[in-house]
Amino acid sequence: METAVFIVCAAIVLAGALGVVLARNPVHAALSLVGTLFGMAVLFLNLDAHFLAAVQIIVYAGAIVVLFLFVIMLLGVDRLEDLSVEPITGQRVLAAIVGLGTFGLAVAFLLSSDIGLSGTGPVPLTLDITDEYSNLRQIADVLFTDYVYAFEATAALLTISVVGAVVMSRRMARGDDAQEASGDD
Amino acid sequence: MVTASWYLILAAGLFTIGAVGLLVRRNPLIMFMCVELMLNAVNLTFITFGRELNDIGGQVSVFFVLVVAAAEVVVGLAIVVAINRRRPQATADDLSALRG
Repeated sequence: METAVFIVCAAIVLAGALGVVLARNPVHAALSLVGTLFGMAVLFLNLDAHFLAAVQIIVYAGAIVVLFLFVIMLLGVDRLEDLSVEPITGQRVLAAIVGLGTFGLAVAFLLSSDIGLSGTGPVPLTLDITDEYSNLRQIADVLFTDYVYAFEATAALLTISVVGAVVMSRRMARGDDAQEASGDD
Repeated sequence: MVTASWYLILAAGLFTIGAVGLLVRRNPLIMFMCVELMLNAVNLTFITFGRELNDIGGQVSVFFVLVVAAAEVVVGLAIVVAINRRRPQATADDLSALRG
C-alpha cells in the first residue's frame, strides 16, 4: 500500500514540478505547483508526519499559492511567455549540466549516508497517531522546550516580513518621484 | 517495500528540477515557484531522515522551514510588485541594477 501511494504521489510531484518549469503561462505554473504541494503532503502522511501534512496544505496550497495567483492577477502578467528563445547563449545546456551534477551529487551523498541503499529499510513506526503520545504532541514537546527561542524568533520574523511587505508595496506618499507619479495610474 | 532511499532520490530529483528551472526561467514569479520546489525537496529529505533516525527534530526543522518560506514569499512578492510598478513586465534579465 505504501509503495502504491509513493509511486502515484511521486509521479504527481514530478509532473507538477515539470509543469512549473515548463509552463508558458504563470497561472498554469501556479496550478502545477498546487499539484506538487498536494502530492508532497500525501508523501508526508506516508512518512507519518501528520501535522506537517496538514500544515503543508494550509500554508502552501492554501496561502502561498493563493498569494502567487493574487500577485499574477494584480500585475496582469498572465500572458504567454515565449520559451523558444534562449536569453543567454548556451544557458540551457549549462543549466542541464548543472542540474545533472546536482542530481548526481545529491544522490551519491544521500545514498552514501548510513540509512541509504545499504540501510536496513524502514524502521518500525514510532510516530503512531493512534498512540496517546501522538505526532502533534511530540512536535509540540520539542518545539516548546528545546526550540522555544527559535519559535519566538519566527514570530519576530513573520512580523518583520509583513511590515517589510507593506512598506515595499505601498505607493510613494510624497510626490517627490516624478516617474512614479506620472507613470502610474 | 519503499525504503528511505526512494524518498531521498525523489527529493533529489525535485530539487534538481527546481534548480534548473531557477536557472532557465526569466519570469521572477516562476523563479520564486522554483525556489518553493527546492524548499519542498529539502523538507521531504528532513522528514525522511527524521523518520529513519527516529528523531522528531526533523519534523520540527521542517516547521521552521515552512515559516521562513512563508516570510520569504511575502517579501519576495512585495519586491516583485514594487518592481512591476516602476518597470512593468520586467524579466530577471532587465533587472541588472539594484536602483530602480
